[in-house]
Amino acid sequence: MLLRLRDVTKTYPASETPVLRGVSFDVVAGEMLALTGESGSGKSTLLHLIGGLDTADGGVVALNGHDLTTLDDAGRAALRRGTVGVIFQQFNLIPALTVAANITFQARLAGRYDPAFAEAMVQRLGLGDHLRKYPEQLSGGQQQRVAIARTLAPRPQLVLADEPTGNLDEATADTVFALMCDLVAETGAGLILVTHSERLAARLGRRLHLRAGLLS
Amino acid sequence: MTAAILSALLGHWRRNPLQLFTLLAGLALGTALWSGVQAINAEARASYDAAAATLGEGSLMQITAPQGARIPQATYIALRRAGWNVSPVVEGDLATVRLIGLEPLTAPKGIGPGLMAKGGDLGAFVLGGGQIFGRAETLARLPATGAAQVIAADTAPNTAITDIGVAQRLLGRAGLIDRLLVAPEQPLNRKPLTEIAPDLVIEGPQQGSAVARLTDSFHLNLTAFGLLSFVVGLFIVHGAIGLAFEQRRVMVRTLRALGVPLRQLIALMVGELAAMALIAGMVGVALGYGVAAALLPDVAATLRGLYGADVSGQLAIRPAVWLSGLLVAMGGTAVAAAGALWSLAQMPLLASAQSQAWGAARQGRGLAVASVGLLAIAAAIAVWGQGLLAGFAMLGALLIGGALALPTLLRLVLRLGQAYARGPVAQWFWADTQAQVPGLALALMALLLAMAANVGVSTMVSSFRLTFTGFLDQRLASELYVRATDAAQAQAITGMVQDRVDAVLPILTLDFTVAGLPAQLYGARDHATYRDNWRFLRAVPGVWDALAQGEGVLVNEQLYRRADLDLGAEVVVAPGVSLPVLGIYGDYGNPVGQVIVTATLFHRLYPDVVALRFGLRLDRSGVAALTARLRDGLGLGDSALIDQAAIKALSLAVFDRTFVVTAALNILTLAVAGFAILMSLLTLAAMRLPQLAPVWALGLTRRRLAVLDLLRAVLLAALTGALALPLGLALAWALLAVVNVAAFGWRLPMYLFPLDYLRLGGLALLAAALAALWPAWRLARLPPAQLLGVFRHER
Repeated sequence: MLLRLRDVTKTYPASETPVLRGVSFDVVAGEMLALTGESGSGKSTLLHLIGGLDTADGGVVALNGHDLTTLDDAGRAALRRGTVGVIFQQFNLIPALTVAANITFQARLAGRYDPAFAEAMVQRLGLGDHLRKYPEQLSGGQQQRVAIARTLAPRPQLVLADEPTGNLDEATADTVFALMCDLVAETGAGLILVTHSERLAARLGRRLHLRAGLLS
Repeated sequence: MTAAILSALLGHWRRNPLQLFTLLAGLALGTALWSGVQAINAEARASYDAAAATLGEGSLMQITAPQGARIPQATYIALRRAGWNVSPVVEGDLATVRLIGLEPLTAPKGIGPGLMAKGGDLGAFVLGGGQIFGRAETLARLPATGAAQVIAADTAPNTAITDIGVAQRLLGRAGLIDRLLVAPEQPLNRKPLTEIAPDLVIEGPQQGSAVARLTDSFHLNLTAFGLLSFVVGLFIVHGAIGLAFEQRRVMVRTLRALGVPLRQLIALMVGELAAMALIAGMVGVALGYGVAAALLPDVAATLRGLYGADVSGQLAIRPAVWLSGLLVAMGGTAVAAAGALWSLAQMPLLASAQSQAWGAARQGRGLAVASVGLLAIAAAIAVWGQGLLAGFAMLGALLIGGALALPTLLRLVLRLGQAYARGPVAQWFWADTQAQVPGLALALMALLLAMAANVGVSTMVSSFRLTFTGFLDQRLASELYVRATDAAQAQAITGMVQDRVDAVLPILTLDFTVAGLPAQLYGARDHATYRDNWRFLRAVPGVWDALAQGEGVLVNEQLYRRADLDLGAEVVVAPGVSLPVLGIYGDYGNPVGQVIVTATLFHRLYPDVVALRFGLRLDRSGVAALTARLRDGLGLGDSALIDQAAIKALSLAVFDRTFVVTAALNILTLAVAGFAILMSLLTLAAMRLPQLAPVWALGLTRRRLAVLDLLRAVLLAALTGALALPLGLALAWALLAVVNVAAFGWRLPMYLFPLDYLRLGGLALLAAALAALWPAWRLARLPPAQLLGVFRHER
């Protein structure tokens, strides 16, 4: 079992209403699933808990059998470096680094930098001509391709994608989505895709729907 | 409508209290140092003016004897009988108090603190034990005088005034007068001075007091420091205003779209800034009085020790200081805000109101070009410029040019660091540091200026100290200096000491003019004392032998520069006698030109002049005994006997006080720069979250990010320090070789003090680290939700 969630709860300090009210599900290695739901249903929060970006108030979030809720700050950082990769809607590239440095950044941070693999991914994503550019010099679609390359370069076991095509037009979104799914499949990683798009969700093997902090 | 607009404008400050605090504190701190220095200067000048008013130095002609000799009372009586409307003055030190004796019946109007009008009684003043006037603290220091004490608050500091008879009695100078004040109205039929007292000279009224002129350089340095500190403060203000205005662009566009006229909007913003400047200015002046109160005792000690100038140790609230502080605060705010206001006024209504990146990179090229231009101007002035104004223009161009060059130079160094960096975190660190430069540029420029000013002023003061103490060793080579009041006493002195010393070196002197400039001619005996100790700036080979043969003269640097008397140039030393310049010597602190010939030649040219001053060479252990013998045997007072070692010790003590003042100003300026860094980092902390959040999300802990941020601040401070060193040394060179020469006619050699620079560098790093500590601590404890908020906000 790659990921196991049991009765996960979360309430933000500024709010009295829980965002997650006991979410449970499993993900096996290499599985791709879509997580849908209305705005405020807790999709992103759930993704952040799985990615070690935030901590749950209760329940179990176990990755490869290790409960993330028991990890300290450094442990969660190590998890983010190598085991889990997150693709954000707004790309969140590092503006000070070139495209090449952005792509290799996380892999080198995790100590799993494979130049041949990175090069192959660059070619697959059509980024060969942009390696010396800075993120601000790229279009949205190109930036998201860089973000995908960066996330996959360390070969994470689980990829978390938070509305990765939400800022792209439909044609570009389709291309980027297809590329992402192909590459994730090739690396053998699992994928959890948060999306509002029924069309994209339908293209993945499994779908979970969150409503008011509960799976339905 | 105005109230509604104001409410919207002020809402920005309510939402950004840190920005408001930065603006007010930057302005207040800058104004504080400026006002502090101004308060000190004003106090000193008031003291000089009070001293000048006591003796009418600024407005009256005076009759004196040459070489500081005293005038017999009989000569005074002869002058009065010949119709001269003159009044005698006796002056000397009594238990560290400057005691002045006046004759109230003949003193010109307006002399003294209006003694008779302020509690004085003419009868009591001149009869019996007499009266003695002065400030309460001065009178308290006097020993028992037998005279009734009268407190007069407007008397000059450390000065007591009494009847001339009382002063003569207390100072042990019966029948002797120091100088005669010449009343403005004189009878037309009086006999000429040369007929009654041919040995006396009449001096014209001085423009301002002599002390004020002598201390000008000291006050100039203080003012320069105050101004630099203010400029450092202005960088903070400029940064805060720039950021606030950038952030208010959206609001301005909205208000204009809602129908608010641009002119009204700008006027209200100007009013808003003026109100802030006024508040910050008032706080700044009040703080400035605190700075002045802390520094004044050391400044007063320095001025008294270096120049013999008495400065009151108490501060008075002076409207001029308040006005100057408030004007400087308002003016500085106007300068700091001009660009932002102009940019807002030019913003088209439909333009993108997106906040432009603060200190955007696009400005980088403009800054670099401006910097190169200013540095080129500074270099051109250094080569071709002349005069004090050119010197200050060069200083300004150098400092501003250096500051503007900082961002470009930092980016170059950081790019180099990135090129050599290995590992993703190191690469990101260097790249991200580059990205932070625009946001931190103003604070770093402030630090650069503060450090450059520190290096420059410290180098100047330390070079001055080293040169001056070396100079004292040369010029005060004799163990004891003795001054006689007349030829008879001079003869008695030489007679008494002849067998008790190794050598008697008479110092012959008279006032004359060289190339139309006032100068002094000295006659010096050919002796090893001079040959062994004196150092020349420039000299012909065999200078001492040629001088001994009467083949030429030595001139001091001031005369060489003012009269363009290079080696070989002819100097007229007596009617029909001109001799070439053999050597040029440094003569630091002397405002007057000097020419030295051998004593033999001096006697031949001016046979009537007798030496009244002598340098005595003897074993140091015998100085005390000889001093006592001269005091007891010939009745010489303390002022007639100068112990070389005591003078040197005093000079060093005075310099140490000067260093206390300089060090305090250095630390205050650095503290202002440190504050600038702190405020910039705190402001940037919120703006940096979008840059830090992705790196955190990719696996760097908040703690590590905080450590890197701390390192970044220290690295930037270190690089700024490295650039500040050459700039500071250039500043020191400009002060020593250009400004000093233009202002005072002599050039100080420049020495380097690497240990001082290292210490300063350490202080700057400490200031930067302390400034970065709080923002870094906050980052280390930042809740993940806030970092995640970055990803949410961007939806």
